[in-house]
Amino acid sequence: MWRYAGLAAVALTLGACDGPLSTLQPAGPVARSLAQLGWTMIVGSGVLLALITGLFALVILRPDRAARMSGRTWIIWGGLVLPALVLPPLVLVSLIAGERLSPSDPVPRIEAEARQWSWTFHYPDHGGAQTEDILHLPSGQAVDIVITSRDVIHSFWVPRLAGKMDAVPGRENVLRLIGGAPGVMEGLCAEFCGLDHTHMRFDVQVHDPEGLAAALSTPVFAPEP
Amino acid sequence: MTAPRPDIDPIRLHKALTRIWATGPGWQRLAAVNHSVVGVRFMVTAAVFFGIGGMLAMLIRAQLATPESAFLGPEIYNQIFTMHGTIMMFLFAIPMLEGLALYMLPKMLGARDLAFPRLSAYGYWCFLFGGMILIGALFAGVAPQSGWFMYTPLSSDVYSPGINADVWLLGVTFVEISALTMAVELTVSILKLRAPGMTLARMPIFAWYILVTALMMVLGFPPLILGSVLLEMERAFGLPFFDPERGGDPLLWQHLFWLFGHPEVYIIFLPAAGALSTMIPTFAQRPLIGYRAVVASIIVMAFVSFGIWVHHMFTTGIPHMALAFFSLGSAIVAVPTAVQMFAWLATLAHGRPRWDVPMLYIFGFIVIFVCGGLTGVMLAMVPFNWQAHDSYFVIAHFHYVLVGGFVFPILAALYYWMPHVTGRLSVHRLSVPAFWLIFAGFNLTFLTMHLTGLLGMPRRVYTYLGHEGWTALNLLSSVGSFVLAMGFALIAIDVLLQARFGPRFRRDPWRAGTLEWATPTPPAAYGFASLPRISERADRLSPGEIGRTLAAGEGYLGFARNGWQETLGVNITTGEPDQIVILPRPTYLPLVLALTTGLVVLSMLFKNYALAVFASIVVACLFVWGARSAGQPRDHGPLPIGLGLSVPPHPEAATSPAVLAMGVTLIADGAFFISLIFGVVYLWLVAPNWPPVEVIEAGLTLPLVVVTCLFAGPIAARAATVALRRQGAVMPWLGVQAVALLTALAAVVALISGALPDPQSHGYAAASFALLAYVCLHLGVAALFVLSNATRLRAGFIGPRRNHDLRLTTAWQDFTAISGVVAVGVVLILPRMMTG
Ligand code: HEM
Ligand SMILES: [Cu+2]
Repeated sequence: MWRYAGLAAVALTLGACDGPLSTLQPAGPVARSLAQLGWTMIVGSGVLLALITGLFALVILRPDRAARMSGRTWIIWGGLVLPALVLPPLVLVSLIAGERLSPSDPVPRIEAEARQWSWTFHYPDHGGAQTEDILHLPSGQAVDIVITSRDVIHSFWVPRLAGKMDAVPGRENVLRLIGGAPGVMEGLCAEFCGLDHTHMRFDVQVHDPEGLAAALSTPVFAPEP
Repeated sequence: MTAPRPDIDPIRLHKALTRIWATGPGWQRLAAVNHSVVGVRFMVTAAVFFGIGGMLAMLIRAQLATPESAFLGPEIYNQIFTMHGTIMMFLFAIPMLEGLALYMLPKMLGARDLAFPRLSAYGYWCFLFGGMILIGALFAGVAPQSGWFMYTPLSSDVYSPGINADVWLLGVTFVEISALTMAVELTVSILKLRAPGMTLARMPIFAWYILVTALMMVLGFPPLILGSVLLEMERAFGLPFFDPERGGDPLLWQHLFWLFGHPEVYIIFLPAAGALSTMIPTFAQRPLIGYRAVVASIIVMAFVSFGIWVHHMFTTGIPHMALAFFSLGSAIVAVPTAVQMFAWLATLAHGRPRWDVPMLYIFGFIVIFVCGGLTGVMLAMVPFNWQAHDSYFVIAHFHYVLVGGFVFPILAALYYWMPHVTGRLSVHRLSVPAFWLIFAGFNLTFLTMHLTGLLGMPRRVYTYLGHEGWTALNLLSSVGSFVLAMGFALIAIDVLLQARFGPRFRRDPWRAGTLEWATPTPPAAYGFASLPRISERADRLSPGEIGRTLAAGEGYLGFARNGWQETLGVNITTGEPDQIVILPRPTYLPLVLALTTGLVVLSMLFKNYALAVFASIVVACLFVWGARSAGQPRDHGPLPIGLGLSVPPHPEAATSPAVLAMGVTLIADGAFFISLIFGVVYLWLVAPNWPPVEVIEAGLTLPLVVVTCLFAGPIAARAATVALRRQGAVMPWLGVQAVALLTALAAVVALISGALPDPQSHGYAAASFALLAYVCLHLGVAALFVLSNATRLRAGFIGPRRNHDLRLTTAWQDFTAISGVVAVGVVLILPRMMTG
């Protein structure tokens, strides 16, 4: 009985994790490893939270037992040993993950230029094709998105594929993306950029090779209304 | 001279001291400078601003409750979330902790007031007027709208025309002036105004927390003030500090802002933790365990917190090495936090915990703050940050930290210390349901936001479409926030009821161990009728008994003398009394000064720069005029303070509070200067469109004149001090200083106008202009010091033993000389070095 209830709860939570912008429904290897890291830390945090709340309850409800450890022991174990056990492995794992996710080997580039309040994408490898507010990506292949801004700071974010990267005027930032299976999802501007920031969104389509060529054969797309 | 006899009739003593210390009735309340009055004013005003900020939060949640809501448009929404953040950080959290410290510290340290009562009053008025400017703008519909961290170039004149952004820059800077004055006030008061025998190691732990907080404010606010000044100069006069087209860099703003903004979080948390470290031992019925470990951990926390600001910038594309460094630092901050947490748990474990309303909030604090801390560690991990940054996950995280780490402790403190303020105990009918409403409402609102964020909802959007999967979660959050609001409404009612109907009590209702409960409640204007001698750690006392002996005048200064408001100053380390600090009486000066400062701010807001200059001059004159008769017109020598001791009044002491305050002020000024140098070097190294085409062409004469005069000033200042000691002529040396200062000023102005390229042309010229303007400002202020010295010397307030004025001038001139030479050096030599 409880098993089924538990399973149902898990299914519900996981179901609630879906969405066109959900980091918890990754659509590519980069986002997948980010989501893994996230889940690991969420579970770990849950355990630690339970531990400390439990200790507080112990201290209040059964002070005689809690007093068996000297004050010094409490502070050394809780304040020094516990963080020493948790933090170094965590930092190491995430540093390695971070390095793995941003390699510098040459891959095809797509330029993303932000301005108030829309995105323009250039595809140098596809005869300079250009699209507005819709990004076409090859499936299963790494690309570098070169992110720039024409006015204020924006931020490029396709949650189901990778983390975000700011578009800073005067600079070029590069974000490595790997699209998974062909499909559609969404992206948005994540840094507040003024009046219409809310609507500075774009569509993302991941294509197989023929699909990509077809999508980019018409040189200029009319901006979405 | 014989000691005035201690007045052993408590009632007579009370009347005599009240006559000296009390603030007058009616309009004279505007002249109040007493720390209890000003402290309560700070806290009540901050609570009102919390109410306003909370209502804005309700508007936000109402708008986001359903997708595509037509309730608020983006113009209004953007103002509302910006103002919500700004109000909560600058008009609620900081002033609230300042008010608490102002009210509590003298009472906990066994002093009658703070070191500079007029400065606290000025700080209060600045805070109030700055807050009113911001709120006024909100009602006029011209509130700031670029978010509480005002990223450039969005907040620059090109993308934010209109006065909205200026309101933020000027209004917040006005409030920051208040914060800086409080930081100086608190640092000096803790170091200097304590009960005899209270060494640093015997201070109640709260004083340690506030000392570290105040020092963090001294170092943390200057970068923000600098950033605001530079951005306002860019907006008003076109100096391109942050404009990448002309050699500025938008990321410079982010560095300056977060250099302040990250320590800010700890500035807010530490006093709250100090309150917890005071309350938890009371409810555990035993002294705090790990006093030394806690002191060490707050100092470590303060240091580390200044080194991790970049974790707010993980997605701006900075190099990976830097990411790793700042990520590690951010994780390390968890250690001192954990030490404190476990010291509290250990204290409870070894005590006999007693359950009361404050303990409920302490429970709430532990659950919520730990959760916020854990998500903080998650966010410090760079790859996770790339996903969660700027999403609702971050909103959830920092509300867990700020509400858990500040609002809950403050509510605990409210129930703990309200009886001290009102003299009445609380009636528990409403407080318990109020707590559960707040606790449940908070978690419903913000726990859900973690998930909303991971589902991709960015912060600062005024609506969403409905297909993203965010709809149900947002509705839950909004419902939760209204439950939360009901909880706060109950608390407001509860507080009013208590103040009106709570039962009265004698002394020390909680059986606490700290001195504030030894004062009469509600507190008398003079605080303690006489001052105690402390011979153990000052959180293990029995305030009930001590209170009785002090009221009978059996401590130090248990008498009224000359109508002076007397309290004792002690040696910083030994805690032995070394001076009687005679405090100023109530005066309208702080109010007038703050109104004039407000006029400066308003005239800059409306771009009437002539008026701004005029009002600034009036402010400067008021400062000089206000100081004209401070101190004593003659030497007194050591005066008896009771219990067989005699010490001189502060003007004749070796280190008066004013001398110490100058030191602290110069540290703040130094932080400002170093931030400016950082900015200049940063632009050289990192900004796009460098190096500049045109650099300064100055020749040799002007720089030599500047440097010579910069050094002549401090030398003449020292000569003046020597002359004073030998009873020689001082005036001529003041004259020499004035000439040196004014010559240097003229030469720097000549450098700016003659040799520097147009400051609007490039970030380089703008930054050099800023450096030289900084030097001018310091020379001008130095001249004011000399002017003040001259008037006070004439009036007889400076004498061979009362030489602090001259020492202040010397210190300021030393600083001016050193920073001036560095500034001129950077302006002249850096271009040669960088361009080869
Ligand atoms: C009383 C209950 C509170 C509620 C319901 C609430 C709600 C919110 C919400 C929904 C946002 C996000 C707005 C957006 O991004 O569009 C927000 C932002 C913020 N809140 Fe609160 N808040 C509360 C209390 C506080 C407190 C006590 C503080 C600080 C001490 C605080 C500081 C902030 C800050 C700094 C922001 C960021 C504003 C910005 O993005 O510019 N809030 N709050
Ligand atoms: Cu944008």
